[in-house]
Amino acid sequence: MTTTSARTPRPQPRGGRARAAIAAKTLRTDRWWFAPLITVVGLSAWVIYATVRVFMHKWYWVEQYHYLTPFYSPCVTDRCVEGSSHFGQFLPGWWIIPDAALTLPFLLLFRLTCYYYRKAYYRSFWLSPPACAVPDGHQSYSGETRFPLLGQNLHRYFFYAAAIISLINTWDAILAFHSPEGFGFGLGNIILLVNVVMLWAYTISCHSCRHIIGGRLKHFSKHPMRYKAWTGVSWLNVRHMQLAWITLGTLALTDFYVMAVAAGWINDLRFIN
Amino acid sequence: MGSKRQFRIWRGDETGGDLKDYTVEVNEGEVVLDVIHRLQATEAPDLACRWNCKAGKCGSCSMEINGKPRLGCMTRMSTFEESETVTVTPLRTFPVIRDLVTDVSFNYEKARETPAFAPPADVAPGDYRMEQVDVERSQEFRKCIECFLCQNVCHVIRDHDENKPAFSGPRYFIRAAELDMHPLDARTDRREYAQSDMGLGFCNITKCCTEVCPEHIKITDNGIIPMKERVVDRRYDPLVWLGNKIFRRGQVPQTSATSGHSSGAVTSGGTHGGAHAHGGGPHVGGVHSHAGGSHDSAAERQAQQGVNWHREVPHPTAPAVDASGKLPLTELTFNKAAAPSPFGDDVTFPLPPEHLNFAHPQQDEPKH
Ligand code: SF4
Ligand code: SF4
Ligand code: FES
Ligand code: FES
Repeated sequence: MTTTSARTPRPQPRGGRARAAIAAKTLRTDRWWFAPLITVVGLSAWVIYATVRVFMHKWYWVEQYHYLTPFYSPCVTDRCVEGSSHFGQFLPGWWIIPDAALTLPFLLLFRLTCYYYRKAYYRSFWLSPPACAVPDGHQSYSGETRFPLLGQNLHRYFFYAAAIISLINTWDAILAFHSPEGFGFGLGNIILLVNVVMLWAYTISCHSCRHIIGGRLKHFSKHPMRYKAWTGVSWLNVRHMQLAWITLGTLALTDFYVMAVAAGWINDLRFIN
Repeated sequence: MGSKRQFRIWRGDETGGDLKDYTVEVNEGEVVLDVIHRLQATEAPDLACRWNCKAGKCGSCSMEINGKPRLGCMTRMSTFEESETVTVTPLRTFPVIRDLVTDVSFNYEKARETPAFAPPADVAPGDYRMEQVDVERSQEFRKCIECFLCQNVCHVIRDHDENKPAFSGPRYFIRAAELDMHPLDARTDRREYAQSDMGLGFCNITKCCTEVCPEHIKITDNGIIPMKERVVDRRYDPLVWLGNKIFRRGQVPQTSATSGHSSGAVTSGGTHGGAHAHGGGPHVGGVHSHAGGSHDSAAERQAQQGVNWHREVPHPTAPAVDASGKLPLTELTFNKAAAPSPFGDDVTFPLPPEHLNFAHPQQDEPKH
């Protein structure tokens, strides 16, 4: 462990004196509760949809066009349909095991420890604080200083995992240019592609990525290429919140489309073959 | 043009207080601070309020307007409906002195605790050269006007007063980030310090500081999160830890100016010869006394040799007073063209460097 060379003595901030006696907990007059409310609704809806889909164990693969939903990629249990498993089928097909048991936990942890989602759920679910200048809903507060929230610092590792998983998703999208005649191209391909592009944008705009790419440097002038990359990532990073929501949308939409085609509710709109 | 508007302003002191109603005239183009001034000029001459520049640059007029931490001089009345009652209260997080004036010394104490810029060991003041891309990030944080709105809104201390001793607050996190990103700063323990002594871990990046900053500094995205990532580099990254073990080095690229002693501070000294690297460096006969932050006591001592620590500090002359012992009030009766200098009229600025004997509080403490 590193030792800091010397510590400035810490005088107690002059305490004990009274704050202004203001009775109202908050005097905000705008609709400050709206953002946390919509976050709760949006995130809950998505989590419910995803949970239902993950434990459905069907309609995740369109044999004809090789469409595979991201929720089941790669499929690694022994109940998986041939073709959806790039990495073998080494897990037992128990109901409780998600078919993408290799990737989903990491994706979940990636988003759970994401700086944006942290802000979103600390505010909306944990009310800490629900909105700025609105009191925290808790008696005491230790933030991310101890277990379990100290674990948020592992975000970087989940970022590495997510980058690898984005590669797998890209591979899925490429394999999906398929039809019984060989090459094929339909609406499903566009949806899969858009989803993958958005996933990449979200993953690359990650704060950890911004740090690794160049943020950690002290001298940009000595690393012109990394500085350029950092500038690019920073541009995306400003949009990280939007990308976080967009990818929730594209993920659900892609999954729903594949489910609908696989279940035979709709036919894929084909452009070529 | 003017219209009558409703105001509620908190009046009181540390023994208690209340929201008082006022009806004030508001004219086109006015800001909340103008209205406060009109109140002082009319109905409430004893209403206390701190202000200075009226241009959003001094950071004095911080208050809470309709529950939101804002600068009074930067909040236009046109942002409210004519029929709306505007509520103005003092900052909640700090002890109140009177009416809208709070005691913000918490922030000054935290400022003093934050280690200052540590000059590079082998570059003399005056020889500092930096490239614009390298200082750009730090410059964003220099826009801070110290209005302490971010400190006030941060729920870590706003809602949990007991965290005040352990938590420095967003304004000082960006100070730490500014210096950690500074191309010439010689300290290498800033991130460690931020985590262990400034309470960086208390922040849950809910971004209220960014929301209220009148200078639009991206406190969270550009300051706090990068600092958290830098802490991860050092504390929680097993790959970096392993790399340090194997290669015996700090993971952050250093300038040639700082690499000498910086690694010494990271690993526990003695693993390499860096500490001696600039002992015989280009110190020109004590011209510069880089009296701060360096961990290299040998270099430190050498640098101090040119400084006379026991010099007589010349007492400045007292300002000229008249027969009654008071400052002459008018220029007409005064024997100089302008007001006397509070430092004494015989003191000129800048002070000659050989007359400076500033000592950094930590320079004499033993290494580790
Ligand atoms: S982001 Fe952190 S420092 Fe800023 S207000 Fe929120 S908890 Fe406080
Ligand atoms: S960082 Fe912004 S909000 Fe905080 S003190 Fe500086 S100017 Fe004010
Ligand atoms: S994914 Fe959101 S910050 Fe890393
Ligand atoms: S009076 Fe200076 S910032 Fe408002």
